[in-house]
Amino acid sequence: MMEPIARWFKWLSSTHGLNYSVFFDNYDQTLFLKGLQTTIFLSLACIFLSIMVGLIGAWLQGSRLRAARIGTAMFVQFFRNTPPLVQLAFFYYAVSSLLPTLTDQFGAQAPIINNLGWAIISFSLFAGAFNIEIFRSGIEAVPTAMTEAAESLGYTRFQIYRIVVVPIAFRICLPSLGNNLVNLVKTTTLAYAIGVPELLYASAQIWSEAMNVREMMVLLLITYVALVAVLVGLMQRWERSLRIPGYIA
Amino acid sequence: MKALPPNSLPVLLTPTRPALEPLPAFTTFVQSRALAIILVGGFILSCGISAALSAGATQPQPSILDVLLKWAPLIGGGFLFNIAVSIASMAIGTLSGVLLGLGQISPSRPIAKISWFLTQFFRNSPWLVLLFFVMFLLPFELKLGSLTLPLPAWFKAIIGLALPVMANVAEIVRGGIKSIPFSQWESAESLAFSRRQILWQIILPQAFKRMIPPWMNLYAILTMATTLISVVGIQDSMTLTKAALVAEGRLDLYLPFYTMLLLMFFAYCYPIARLTQSLERRVAVKF
Repeated sequence: MMEPIARWFKWLSSTHGLNYSVFFDNYDQTLFLKGLQTTIFLSLACIFLSIMVGLIGAWLQGSRLRAARIGTAMFVQFFRNTPPLVQLAFFYYAVSSLLPTLTDQFGAQAPIINNLGWAIISFSLFAGAFNIEIFRSGIEAVPTAMTEAAESLGYTRFQIYRIVVVPIAFRICLPSLGNNLVNLVKTTTLAYAIGVPELLYASAQIWSEAMNVREMMVLLLITYVALVAVLVGLMQRWERSLRIPGYIA
Repeated sequence: MKALPPNSLPVLLTPTRPALEPLPAFTTFVQSRALAIILVGGFILSCGISAALSAGATQPQPSILDVLLKWAPLIGGGFLFNIAVSIASMAIGTLSGVLLGLGQISPSRPIAKISWFLTQFFRNSPWLVLLFFVMFLLPFELKLGSLTLPLPAWFKAIIGLALPVMANVAEIVRGGIKSIPFSQWESAESLAFSRRQILWQIILPQAFKRMIPPWMNLYAILTMATTLISVVGIQDSMTLTKAALVAEGRLDLYLPFYTMLLLMFFAYCYPIARLTQSLERRVAVKF
């Protein structure tokens, strides 16, 4: 099935000099697909963890403990107002140097968390800080009458949060959550800086060998726009399927 | 409370509890000495952890604070370069973005379509990829007839960062214009204003106020994104921090140095975020 496509790109390369080696060179193709896979894995892991961070943070933000509220607010402000690239370097170089190392099977010292792990942690916290704000605004938009009704039915604070507030707040803040997740997918390119073999890194490897910067750049931009488009489409479908008819537009 | 109709039952439980309980504490925190607490606290904490870790060092070495002070001017200079790049990119991005945003509401269909496509394309591509794109694909010099203009790397970086800014400004402009009720266009038209007059004398002056907060937000994002230029090999605060750490070659310095860099950006971006918030609130009240 791929054969005609490969042949066409080969023809394009030999006649027009547009070298899309990814489509006919086996090695480059594997590299690119591996990169794509890593980017998708990184994105999904960060999306999941950042939503968790957001939910926990929004819960702490409404806590009765002053310290918990202030701590969360400091976390949010700090991660929102510092560059994600420096955060990544901070985790990968500074925090990682404080952690003990493991000895691998060859007797070499290996860090407990590798670069992919730090990228996931760093981006999850970064996007999580935004998610906390997004969820908080969603929670504030839930009518008080609802929580009061639940309270009068004898629900505990955690039950109200889990059964009443979160399901409604989640629907309210899905659009802004979608925006933030799109940003998160775009932020995963920063993992290039610490050598995570994601899409940008793989492409850089390809273009430095095949000397096809221009072609790879076009392909890279199209791939990212496509990834974002898929995410936006999924979010819209999710929004539609979660919609409560007649309640929230 | 409203007076009850004569025959209704008395309301025992009135919803008098304030709706947004966590909010006051949050806002007071934001308005308080948060900046100072995070700056000083984070700094002392990181220095303390590092000092504790390096306590077991065998050779006498200069204290962490001394080393930090030695490098601070250099890294601070790099930070100023980041700010300069952010201002230049913002200027270019805003000018082109306003044109693109106005293009999106142009009555000419081709112009509107092309503007929409460009906006979506540059808005949805990662900043770093766009930066690579411009760094690699712009030539190192520009030939205009007999005139040869050199294109230094920093200039290309400014353009590379200006592209996503342009697309985001375009969205802000379009959103601001769209937020003005359509009836204003219609009533102005009925008063025989031309399209240009309506846009410049009626719509934009009102939309402008609403565009300022997201525009400032974008500027803060751009300032943080300027560290990306270190990835494509331009010497900024990030590169200098790395270089300083390599030169010192001490593991216990990593935490304080990166904390210092984080806090430099925080000290610059946090006040902007605060100002944006208060402006947002004021705009929200006005309309």
